[in-house]
Amino acid sequence: MPGVDSGLRHSLTWLVLILASLLALALAVAIGSETVQPMQILAVLRGEGEPLHRLLLLELRAPRALAAFATGGLLAVAGALMQVLLRNPLADPYVLGLSGGAAVGALAAMLSGLGTALISGSAFAGALLSTLLVFGLAHGTGSWTPTRLLLTGVVVAAGWGAVITLMLALSPAERLPGMLYWLMGDMSYARSPWPPVLTLALACLLLLPAGRVLNVLARGPMQAAALGVAVRPLEWGIYILASLLTAVAVTTAGSVGFVGLVVPHMLRLVLGNDQRIILPAAALAGGILLTLADTLARTVLAPEQLPVGVITALLGVPTFLYLLYRSRM
Amino acid sequence: MVLETCDLVVDVPGRADGRALNLHIAPGQVWGVLGPNGAGKTTLLHTLAGLRPPRGGTVLLDKAPLPRWRRRALAQQLAVIFQERQDGFPATVMETVLIGRHPFLSPWQMESAADLALAEAALSQLDLLPLRDRLVNTLSGGERQRVAVALALTQTPAVWLADEPTNHLDLHHQVAVMTLLHQQARDGRAVVMCLHDLNLAARWCDHLLLLYPDGEACWGPTDDMLVPGALEKLYDQRLAVGEVDGVRVFVAR
Repeated sequence: MPGVDSGLRHSLTWLVLILASLLALALAVAIGSETVQPMQILAVLRGEGEPLHRLLLLELRAPRALAAFATGGLLAVAGALMQVLLRNPLADPYVLGLSGGAAVGALAAMLSGLGTALISGSAFAGALLSTLLVFGLAHGTGSWTPTRLLLTGVVVAAGWGAVITLMLALSPAERLPGMLYWLMGDMSYARSPWPPVLTLALACLLLLPAGRVLNVLARGPMQAAALGVAVRPLEWGIYILASLLTAVAVTTAGSVGFVGLVVPHMLRLVLGNDQRIILPAAALAGGILLTLADTLARTVLAPEQLPVGVITALLGVPTFLYLLYRSRM
Repeated sequence: MVLETCDLVVDVPGRADGRALNLHIAPGQVWGVLGPNGAGKTTLLHTLAGLRPPRGGTVLLDKAPLPRWRRRALAQQLAVIFQERQDGFPATVMETVLIGRHPFLSPWQMESAADLALAEAALSQLDLLPLRDRLVNTLSGGERQRVAVALALTQTPAVWLADEPTNHLDLHHQVAVMTLLHQQARDGRAVVMCLHDLNLAARWCDHLLLLYPDGEACWGPTDDMLVPGALEKLYDQRLAVGEVDGVRVFVAR
């Protein structure tokens, strides 16, 4: 909400979120099998430092940290968008069956013994296929409503779930761990950080001027139309954008759960309901959460690596429940 | 700004065309739309707002058919108070009311101090200032109804289309909202509202439109329309008529 005192509060919010983002990224590159001191990180950033540290930071940890940050941001923004679209705070990026489609694509690629790049490509194709399927079916013969979209998505997701179970049941035992890790979300599948980073940056640019229209849409389609919003094109636009963001995220890291549901919700409890604030804040907070979760996943049981989705859920569930318990909703 | 209809037939599913409406709603007038449940009052209101295409005829605002208006320009002139609202998604009272400024702001613009002042004034007029930071979905039905009126007030429309604006309101706030709408008309705006309460219509409306379930309709100045026989036929209900403070009062027998 605008205003003088809230202006100050918002500056503070951004300051905190940006500092926390930098801190999370720094932590992610510093911590691991070999801990790198802050001064050494600065040295590497200046283009100096030991060759081992340069390799560790620039080639291994930084790309993974960036990929985790961007993936978290994508999922949180997609979640915030889906929640406005369906006017349901419980919606998440996966509710419309996207991750199911991506998972079937990825598992099929793994079953056929394809390489990581092809697994990513196949996951992306699966996510888009699922989007188109829900998009087409939800239109139906009658009028289009969020309820119909939601139901179509949930049923399609259930269908994918059955296909996934079938594939897991039929697959040879030695392939199972990889498949399970993918299903829980795992940053070690991230190849290059640039697709998610660029997608997130583009999405934020696109969404910055759209914040208020989304606020209006959240008040219901009739009210939005009465306030001059072209509701149908806006709804399809949000759906397609949120699907693309999710597809890129799932392609990068498998189906990481919980970020898209929890981050926008936590932010709303703290920052209010203005999408102009929530969307960029979700990009940062989602990034922070997933970066920290991935750092934990790499280090908690080192040298074993946990799937990051386990950590996001284990961190997210209690935090979320606590905030919900404390809130006056 | 004059709102007119030219041979308008409202698209109520499964009903014959009935009588085409030729209304002339001028600034300063308060129109009441009366009719039993399912007579098409809400559908008419949505059609007048351009939210629903008519089966036949046209709606004209300022002599231009609604489809020729740009949505945003239309929203700057015309506000709708809906009967059923979808305020399940969280937002505070102030955030909700500020939404009324949306048609006047470009995508990059934040609400100005003037917009904020308009919203504050609307909240104050509807006794909502103490609730400004409450979430709308935690309010009572009557409070939500006042939020909806405040939203429309913040939109500063030339034409008000209100679907049962006194829904859920206690007696005091019924009078407050009707006074507000009446004052809006005196300030040169046009007001159209669907009502169920004949007594509110008798006291506050200067024109009435009676909608019958079969699509028949008649309209005119309130004094000509509030004929007990016609009203009994409209609602299929016998009425007793009295007079209090020079205003006719209707009670169901």
